[in-house]
Amino acid sequence: MKTQEYTVVGTRPVRHDGADKVTGRALYGADFQMAGLLYGHILRSQHAHARIRRIDTSKAEQLPGVKAIVTAGDFPQTPDRLVDLGEGDTPLSYARGNVLAKGKVLYKGHALAAVAATNVHIAEEAAGLIEVEYEALPCVLTAPEAMQDGAPILHDDLKTKEFGEQTGRVSNVAEHFRHVMGDVNAGFAEADVIVEREFHTATVHQGYIEPHNATALWNNDGRILVWCSTQGSFVVRDVTACLLDVPVSRIKVTPMEIGGGFGGKINVYLEPVAALLSKKTGKPVKIVMSRKDVFEGTGPTPGSYIKVKMGARKDGRITAAQAYMAYEAGAYPGSMVAPGAMCVFAAYDISNVVIDGFDVVVNKPSTAAYRAPGATNAAFAAESVVDEIAEKLGADPLDFRLKNAAKEGTRRADGPKYRRIGCVEVIQAMKNHPHYSAPLGGPNRGRGVAVGFWFNVGLPSSCTISVSADGTVNLVEGSTDIGGTRTSIAMQAAEVLGIPAEDVRPTVVDTDSVGFTAVTGGSRTTFATGWAAYEAAQDVVRQMKERAAKIWETEAASVTLERGVFHSADKRLTFPELAAKLDQTGGPVVGRGAVNPRGVGGSFSGCIADVEVDPETGKVTILRFTSVQDAGKAIHPSYVEGQMQGGSVQGIGWALNEEYYMNEAGSMMNSSLLDYRMPTALDLPMIDTVIVEVPNPGHPFGARGVGEANIVPPPGAIANAIYRAAGVRMNRLPMNPPAIMQAIWSQRD
Amino acid sequence: MHAKVRVQTTINGEPQEFLCEPRQSLLECLRDILGLTGTKEGCNDGNCGACTVLLDDRVVTSCLVLGVEAQGCQITTIEGIAKGSELHPLQRSFLENAALQCGICTPGFIVAAKALLDQQPNPSEDEIRLWLANNLCRCTGYDKIIRAVKQAAEQIQEVNA
Repeated sequence: MKTQEYTVVGTRPVRHDGADKVTGRALYGADFQMAGLLYGHILRSQHAHARIRRIDTSKAEQLPGVKAIVTAGDFPQTPDRLVDLGEGDTPLSYARGNVLAKGKVLYKGHALAAVAATNVHIAEEAAGLIEVEYEALPCVLTAPEAMQDGAPILHDDLKTKEFGEQTGRVSNVAEHFRHVMGDVNAGFAEADVIVEREFHTATVHQGYIEPHNATALWNNDGRILVWCSTQGSFVVRDVTACLLDVPVSRIKVTPMEIGGGFGGKINVYLEPVAALLSKKTGKPVKIVMSRKDVFEGTGPTPGSYIKVKMGARKDGRITAAQAYMAYEAGAYPGSMVAPGAMCVFAAYDISNVVIDGFDVVVNKPSTAAYRAPGATNAAFAAESVVDEIAEKLGADPLDFRLKNAAKEGTRRADGPKYRRIGCVEVIQAMKNHPHYSAPLGGPNRGRGVAVGFWFNVGLPSSCTISVSADGTVNLVEGSTDIGGTRTSIAMQAAEVLGIPAEDVRPTVVDTDSVGFTAVTGGSRTTFATGWAAYEAAQDVVRQMKERAAKIWETEAASVTLERGVFHSADKRLTFPELAAKLDQTGGPVVGRGAVNPRGVGGSFSGCIADVEVDPETGKVTILRFTSVQDAGKAIHPSYVEGQMQGGSVQGIGWALNEEYYMNEAGSMMNSSLLDYRMPTALDLPMIDTVIVEVPNPGHPFGARGVGEANIVPPPGAIANAIYRAAGVRMNRLPMNPPAIMQAIWSQRD
Repeated sequence: MHAKVRVQTTINGEPQEFLCEPRQSLLECLRDILGLTGTKEGCNDGNCGACTVLLDDRVVTSCLVLGVEAQGCQITTIEGIAKGSELHPLQRSFLENAALQCGICTPGFIVAAKALLDQQPNPSEDEIRLWLANNLCRCTGYDKIIRAVKQAAEQIQEVNA
C-alpha cells in the first residue's frame, strides 16, 4: 500500500476507551473489588544494607483483623537456577529476593514481610508490630564507590563477568563488557580537536501517577487468579508461576487499566506476595503501594558515571569516540548499561570506537526500565561532548551533527548495521524549523540541541478478529493500553479491512484468552501488536474473499477488496453486506495473527530547547521547546505527538529537577511528589512537535515505535542551552538551581 | 478502632449517607464505601491532584479531607460531570484533543478544569497552567490538556452566546 492510499492510518479518531476514561468508569487495578476481599500491606526495610537476624510476627498476628502474615520463607524453597523472566537470564534467588528479602536487606524499602487484614489500616498497623532484628552493614550508593577495592559487598555470590568470561572474582561489578570498532588510538591521532569529559547522573523515577497494585485469589480449584496494573500480563503470569513454583497454566492474569508505567510496571513486586497471602487465608487479597513504597520499593532508572572522549578533524568529521559507562543496577544486577552502550554513539557514523560498560550493584532499589532505558544518561554525556567539539571547530551544532550523522549502512560499535533510518532527516527537520533561527529575545538566554536513538524491540504479539453480522469486528489483543494503543492497533486492522476505525472494537483480555503477547514496552506495541492485528485482518480478508467467491460461484482469487468493497467482475458486496451473509456461507469468520518481528527500524529523535538562566538563583526556565522524531509512519498522529510531548517533559524533569536525594545511610530524603519535583503545567511552555516519516522497511505500514526515543535528547539539549545562556558546562544531572549556582561561582573564582 | 460515624452529604446532586471511621479520608469513603472509584489515589498526601473533587464548589484533594468533614457538604466527583448520557464539553474536548494517555490523572484534571471554567469562562494559557499546577500528569507533558481546556472554554462560550 502506498501512503496516499491510506484511509484510516494517519487519521485522528477518538480513542475507543475514551468515554470510560473521561467519566471515571474505566477500572484500574486499585479499583478492583470482590466479595471477601482482604487488604495487604508490605513491611519494608529501614536499613539500606543489613543482615536480617530475626523477624518476629507474633505480636502482629495477635492484632484483631489480621488474617495472615508471610515472609520470604513462605516461598517454595526451590534450588537456585537461572531463569529468563523476559529480560535475560537472572538467578531465581535474585528475582525471589527482591520480592521478599531473605538473609539480607539490600536497600531501604526492601520488602521483608506482608500482612493481610480486613482493612488496610489494620494491615498497616500490624506491619508496624512485626519486630525485625537487623545487623546493620555499611552501605555503598554510587557506582564509582561500589567499584573500589574494599567497598562493602552486596552479594557474596556475585562474581564479575568480564568480556563474556567468568572471572571468579567476587565484587559489586556484575559485568564488564566492551565494544570495539576500528582503531581508536589511530582515530584520536588523526584528530585536530579532542574533548574528554566526565558526567554523573542521579537516580530518577518513572513517576507514573498510579501506584503499583495487585489482587490475587488462590482459588479452591488450585488456579491462581490475578488482577493488576501491569505493562505485561504474561510477564506477571510467568514470574508469579516461577516464584510460586507452579506451571504457568495455573495462573490467569487479568490486566486492569494501567495508570502509566514507562517501563517501571514490567517488574513484578506484589502479585506473588498477594498470592501467598491468599493461599494462607483462602480469600482474595489486594495490595496497593503508597507513593513512598513506589519510590523506595520499585525500580527507578540507574544513576550513572560516564566518561566520554571524542576527537574530530578540522573538516568537521569525528575520527574517534570512546565511552566508559558505569551504571548503578541497584540491589541486583541488570542496570540497562547494555542498551546505554548501544545508544551512546548511535546517532553518528564513527569508524573508531571503544565502549566499556560496567553493571554495578549498589544499595539502592533494584532498577527497572525507564523509557529508552540507559540511553538518556548516555546521550546527556555524548551530546554535551559533541556540542563542545562543534563549538571548538566553530561549526554550527546541527551542521556538525549532520556531517557525522548515521545513515543506512552505518555500523554501530556493538555490531548491527542500520537499514533505512531517519537520523539525517530528523536533524534536517530541526535545522529547517523556524524555532532554530528565531531570535532569543533577551539576556541570560540560550538555545541548545541534541539528538538521540532508541530501538523497536519487536517480540511476540497475538491478535484475533471476529466479524459481526453488522459489518463491525471485534479485535482481541493482549497488550495493555497505556497511551492509546487500542486505537493505534485497531486502526491498522481497519485499514486492511477497509472499514472505519470506529467499526473495530479492540479489547485487551486476560492471559487465558489470547496468545502470548510480550510487554507494552520497547516501543513495540503499535509496531508489533499492530502488525499482529494487520495479519489477523489479512486472515479475515482471505476468508471473506472465499465467502464472496462462494456466493458468486467464482474463484476466490478473482475477488478483490478495495476500500471496504469486495469485487469480482461486475459483482460487488460491501464489507457489512458480506458480513451479514456469513452464517449462510459456512459460519463465523475469525482471523488470527501472531508475529515475532525482529528488531527492525528504531527511531531517532531530536530537540531544540530555549532556556533562560536566572544568574541570581540558578533557576532555569524553559522558554520554548521543539521535539522532532522519526515515526516511520504515524498511525495516529495525535498520540505520536503525545508520546513526543510526554517524553520531552520527562526529559526536562530529569534534566532540571528530579533525583533520588539520598542521605549517607542510604535513605531517600525526598520520597514524596512534593519533594521529588516532577514538572507541573506551570513549569512548561507548549511542546511543539514535528513528525518526520522515513518508512520502516520492517513494518507493513512503515511504522516505527515512537514511545521512547523522545526522552533521550532533552537533558543534553538543555545542558547545551544552559552553556549558551550562562557560560557553564554542566556535567551532572539534575541541573537544579544549587548545581547551576555552584557552576557559576566556580567559574567566577 | 473507633465507632463509625454517620455522615450525610449530597454527592453529584443526590443525597448520600454513609458510615465511616473517623480516620478515613473522603477519598477512601468515595472509593471504598460508596464505590465511586473514578476519583483516583496517586499519592495520598495532596501532591498529585488525582483525587480532586469539588467540596461545596471548592477544589480539594479528597485525600486531605476526612470523610467526617464532608458532613452537610455538596460533593462533585468525576461521575457527576457528564449530564446523563451527554458528556461535558471538557470531557469531549479531552477526547478530541487526545489530552489523555493512561487516563489516571484525567478525572482530577477534568474536575479541576470544570471549577476553573465555572468561575473564569475565558482563561488565558497562563491562568489554565496556574490553576492546574496542582494536578500532575506524567504522560502528556500538559500541552494537549491545556489545548483541551481552551477549546472547551470556547465551546461553552459559543453555546452560551
